Amino acid sequence: MFDSLSENLQSAFKSIRGKGKLTEANMRDGLKLVETSLLEADVSISVVEQFMGRVTEAALGKRVLLSLKPSEELIRIVYDQLVAILGPVDNTIPLQRGQVKTIMLCGLQGAGKTTTCGKLAQLIKESKFKPYLIAADLQRPAAIEQLHVLGRQLGVGVFSKEGASDPVAVCQEGIAAAKAAGADVVILDTAGRLAIDEELMGQLKSIDRSVKPDQVLLVVDGMTGQDAVNSAGAFNAALELDGVIMTKLDGDARGGALLSVKAVTQVPIKFLGTGEHLDALEPFRPEGMASRILQMGDILEVAREAHRLVDEDERKAMEERMKKGQFGLTEFRDMMQKLRKPGLMQKMMGLMPGMGEMSKALQSADSDKEMRRIAGIIDSMTPTERDNPKIIDNQRRMRIAAGCGATAPMVNELLKQFDQIAGFMKMMSSGGAREKMAALQQMQGMMSNNPMNPMQGMSLKQSTGKRLTPKERERLQKERDKAVRKAKRKN
Amino acid sequence: MVFWRKKKDESVSSGEDKSAASKVANERSASTAAGDPLAQQTLPGETKIASSHSEKDIKPETDQAESATPEDGGSWFKKLRSALHKTNQILQTDIRDLWKSEGRLVDDDFLRELFVILVRTDMGQPTATRIRDRIGREFRGRKVTKEEVLESARSEILASMQNRSVELQFATSGPTVILVVGVNGAGKTTSIAKLAYRLRKEGRTVILGAGDTFRAAAVEQLKIWSQRIGCEIVSGEMGSDPGSVAFKAVQRAREENFDVCIIDTAGRLQTQVNLMQQLEKIRKIAAKQIDGAPHEVLLVLDATAGQNAISQARGFSDVAGCTGIILAKLDGSAKGGVVVPIMTEFSLPVKLVGLGEKLPDMAPFDPEAFTRALLSFDN
Repeated sequence: MFDSLSENLQSAFKSIRGKGKLTEANMRDGLKLVETSLLEADVSISVVEQFMGRVTEAALGKRVLLSLKPSEELIRIVYDQLVAILGPVDNTIPLQRGQVKTIMLCGLQGAGKTTTCGKLAQLIKESKFKPYLIAADLQRPAAIEQLHVLGRQLGVGVFSKEGASDPVAVCQEGIAAAKAAGADVVILDTAGRLAIDEELMGQLKSIDRSVKPDQVLLVVDGMTGQDAVNSAGAFNAALELDGVIMTKLDGDARGGALLSVKAVTQVPIKFLGTGEHLDALEPFRPEGMASRILQMGDILEVAREAHRLVDEDERKAMEERMKKGQFGLTEFRDMMQKLRKPGLMQKMMGLMPGMGEMSKALQSADSDKEMRRIAGIIDSMTPTERDNPKIIDNQRRMRIAAGCGATAPMVNELLKQFDQIAGFMKMMSSGGAREKMAALQQMQGMMSNNPMNPMQGMSLKQSTGKRLTPKERERLQKERDKAVRKAKRKN
Repeated sequence: MVFWRKKKDESVSSGEDKSAASKVANERSASTAAGDPLAQQTLPGETKIASSHSEKDIKPETDQAESATPEDGGSWFKKLRSALHKTNQILQTDIRDLWKSEGRLVDDDFLRELFVILVRTDMGQPTATRIRDRIGREFRGRKVTKEEVLESARSEILASMQNRSVELQFATSGPTVILVVGVNGAGKTTSIAKLAYRLRKEGRTVILGAGDTFRAAAVEQLKIWSQRIGCEIVSGEMGSDPGSVAFKAVQRAREENFDVCIIDTAGRLQTQVNLMQQLEKIRKIAAKQIDGAPHEVLLVLDATAGQNAISQARGFSDVAGCTGIILAKLDGSAKGGVVVPIMTEFSLPVKLVGLGEKLPDMAPFDPEAFTRALLSFDN
């Protein structure tokens, strides 16, 4: 429905290509497009107005480098400003051995507080601390039960009190229980409330006063619209917020509300929720979010996601190779096999600019099957072919296809896709902001040529939402644990 | 009426405010006296649950229970307006601020300010632009009063809402199947409880299908509601196939001749292809047992949602064939203006609105009242 911003900008600037400076006159149409794009991304209009002021100021009089189109120059400025506003980054959560730290989550109904509690607990567990959950949502039916289920899934203690009516008392008793249980971090799950409900906001304040949490985090739904300024403003006024977590960013919402929330609260954005599974909580990076708001792909996100799954040494080696532009089919396959986790693959594919095409193909197919097929094709190549796919001629292609039960066009398809990614990886890893912009630009061009892509180029990260039964989840957990043990033994 | 003046002049309005308040109070006590058998009936499972609420928590329940009875015609507008009154206190600017005294010249500044106000309702940039341009064409260079401009904007919005029927469609004979879909956290389960409560009050028998077998404790949540409402519920194990729950629910509705069968589904994002296909399956399961089922597929939209709601409406309509919208959480400071482009683009009518957390907090959608509230227009 909406063309991506950069494409629009390109057409708006067609007339002034390579013509010296950016002036108010020649930027007018371009700025209009930027504004529209931000509004479509649900950035609050008052914030958009402030932001446009900043952009105009930063852009005025900027010389357009000969190598850069004016549209690119303007996008770069917009992007830089977005990154600047969304930062600085502070992903810390209070963790200290021997002390019980407290984190309180608050937000509107349905923002995803309880799920985020579980995700935070998982994250804390991963950093080898002991989390403890307190069910202070006495409002919604079965909210307590929901937290207990999460606690059981994670193997984390949950405090709740049958028939309690005062969340303040529940929190206090819960913290005492957490201390007794030897927990390091206590997470308070409060009830969702309307920002304009003074009574409930008062209740939240009294929890804040009596418990004195080390951090108060506001959970915001990624699909929120213009109202974000009001609700975030009200929460910020009632409580001293220490951070923001934005949820539900695994869909196609562009999450512009984050900009509004940041502008209103001025507190750091800590994490982004990007899926239904308990490990789908990513540390916030302004670059990624800026790309998303402007509808550009984000390669760094992919790398980060991969880092969680690949161990340190492998990661370093991989980074090295990527830096040198040595991203061969072997690496490609290794990466894929590491990521045999439901939902993750499509997410990664969707994230990778240039892979949008493939991610679409995967969406309709069973991703696991598709991945096995890709791995199969790569496996049936010789090491030389994997390092240098250019040597694959017709004869080799036939052999590879026969070796894995695929067809020659399938091999071709894979090689074509890989070619795009490898080229892109090289550009992205070769430093400078300008190269990166150029790479993104190229990516956009490449994809927007494809009439099949409804997003006109940028597919945002998405999952098809494979949901596991508890049994399957258990089995996968076992497999992961086994892999970890194996890796440990090796060392 | 009340909140127009309150902002302009606190002292002038206070008198009228009080009288309005006492009127509401009277209405409330009247409806309490009249009694609401369903709301007051204490069900076996309820005592335990109710005791988990503080007194504070219970108080608003009774308040809202009374003020939003469906019989009370304009009540949802009243409620909405009181919510919006709070909104206006937060927003600080609203459409009235465009007029300092009598009339204003329609110029670029004016149009820009109008645009900002329109965008704030979440109606989206294209709709806001359209309305602004129309007002620009009609009134440019003239001095206008707020009524003129608002009337024009209002009629534009109303026309785009097509004023179509917002009544729920029921099967001519046999059970009516209602499928409820939406993204995570939109308010599906709560909306289902409220809908079931409404239908029960209308004297229909209701059976719920707890089809959200994914989210932790979603089934328990619906069970608690069903106990409070006093209706039957069919549920499966957590992690089981929602299709089988839907099958059992529809089957029971058919065999035991319930009037309405409402099927809950797990929240899903419209981009999750596999999960969306699951909805198609649930549809088919219902259709196989009862001709023409599901008779209603209601999409629950969060009023705080922004432009992504358009994508939601498209995604869910394509797969699940939505027949209407429940606009939930309209009691907050968000105005839910995004339904304006949705109604225009997909001709998907809003049928019900959610105005609070309690069972009676649901009302049929009234396009005129909604439009008035959207532009803070009072008569």
